[in-house]
Amino acid sequence: MKANKKKPKKEGEKMTSKKSEKLIDKKGIRLDGRKVDELRPVKMEVGVLPNADGSAYLEQGRNKILVGVYGPKEAHPRHIAQQDRAVIQCRYHMAPFSVDERKSPAPSRRDIELSKVIREALEPAVFLEYYPRTSIQVYIEILQADGGTRCAGITTAALALADAGIPMRDLVVACAAGKAGGKIALDLMDTEDKVGEADVPVAFMPNLNAVTLLQMDGNLSVDEFNTAVDMAIGGCKKLYEIQKEALKSKYVSEGVKEE
Amino acid sequence: MTSTIVVNVKKKRITELLAGGKRTDGRGVNDYREIQIESGVIERAEGSARVRLGKTEIIVGVKIGTGTPFPDTPDTGVLTVNAELVPLASPSFEPGPPGEDAVELARVVDRGIRESKAIDLEKLCVESGKLVFVVFVDVYVLNHDGNLIDASAMAALAALVNTKMFKYTVEEGEIVKKPGYTPLPMLDYPIAVTFAKIGNKLILDTGLDEEQVMDARLTITMNKDGNICAIQKGGGSGYFTREEISEATKIAVEKTAELRKVVVKS
Repeated sequence: MKANKKKPKKEGEKMTSKKSEKLIDKKGIRLDGRKVDELRPVKMEVGVLPNADGSAYLEQGRNKILVGVYGPKEAHPRHIAQQDRAVIQCRYHMAPFSVDERKSPAPSRRDIELSKVIREALEPAVFLEYYPRTSIQVYIEILQADGGTRCAGITTAALALADAGIPMRDLVVACAAGKAGGKIALDLMDTEDKVGEADVPVAFMPNLNAVTLLQMDGNLSVDEFNTAVDMAIGGCKKLYEIQKEALKSKYVSEGVKEE
Repeated sequence: MTSTIVVNVKKKRITELLAGGKRTDGRGVNDYREIQIESGVIERAEGSARVRLGKTEIIVGVKIGTGTPFPDTPDTGVLTVNAELVPLASPSFEPGPPGEDAVELARVVDRGIRESKAIDLEKLCVESGKLVFVVFVDVYVLNHDGNLIDASAMAALAALVNTKMFKYTVEEGEIVKKPGYTPLPMLDYPIAVTFAKIGNKLILDTGLDEEQVMDARLTITMNKDGNICAIQKGGGSGYFTREEISEATKIAVEKTAELRKVVVKS
């Protein structure tokens, strides 16, 4: 993918397919003990950064993701401002210590692409037209990566946007499905993504039946692809419930007392 | 570049036309503009092609170099795709390092070639873990009139098909050129089709006007077996419904097969 000769192993980038028969055993159990349609354990928390206007923290398997949202505030540099709506400035960034081999903190081409597609996944949810000429900044920090970080980043970012009090049409929730060990499986972890045959990240707004991010790499028949998308949407719906609980636990029980 | 008001007026007009199944230039919703492909336009490059898709114009040059393989794939050659939105191609392009649009374009083209295993990279290994060939695919956008992704993917494929490798022998770990050429070993022929969503309609091969008003786009790349090897949603703050995605995949199966015949025979 890059011309540089020292390529650190990164999630989501593979040069060739390797043998993948051991990813799922005969009973349909995966390396980490999950069934094919099972999510990794997920934990979400809202309002974790005192300085940010909104923030959220998520753990999904070994992924650890922190998102801070600032704004709406004056757009900077000024020329990015839009007369009729707010712009979202999104930065997806991996901490140097988040992967096995240290990742340079400078943005890679992958980071630039992901920042763009994540922004485009969040934009449909936000009432941008309420805040013309402003900017909403979304900073996604991957503290530890274990596959599916773009999706986990979107799920976390939507929570942080909601925590910032920014009006939204719906939460955005994201989950990947893919093909590993010859089977379509939900929420691939790093090894399954690297060794597996395909990965299909999907971001979804459940109340609007809206797919706001869709990517794929690998090799899937049209039928397999459709199964994977449906499975990913199923995963999104489960995560959506956890997202709502995370917001409630700040704003319904404790939040009222504190304010 | 274009004022919001002008874009809104255009959007209204284009959406109204589409409701009746029409487009501003008279095409049907799934019609491509005229495709012209010339191969071997740059003699100094090992492979090259110029694609004109309506007024959109792309040159892709393929250069072959040598390098060390990545540690996790010691026996495979290296593919690298870069895209330049050259400032002469559009008043909205500026000089400087590739922005996010150029990076996305390069990575979508890259993903199509890589995931379909179009190039037999294992044949490009000279010495395991030490020396392999590097295939540089450089996408050069010369005139931007919409649908850069499909045009670039076509041009990249045409250029790869056109690519000639010099014959060589290995002496003491060094490559020694021999007279004569062989074609680049190809295993597949990926084709990308990009749908734009405007209102609740899906259209293919957007012109620049349509691109400025689209809600979102969806690129589907298929290999010669009609399997999907890459997908990218992008292009704006809109979304696709689940049903629209299924509809797009169905159309893509036929359209990629049709376009492949045009590109590969050229």
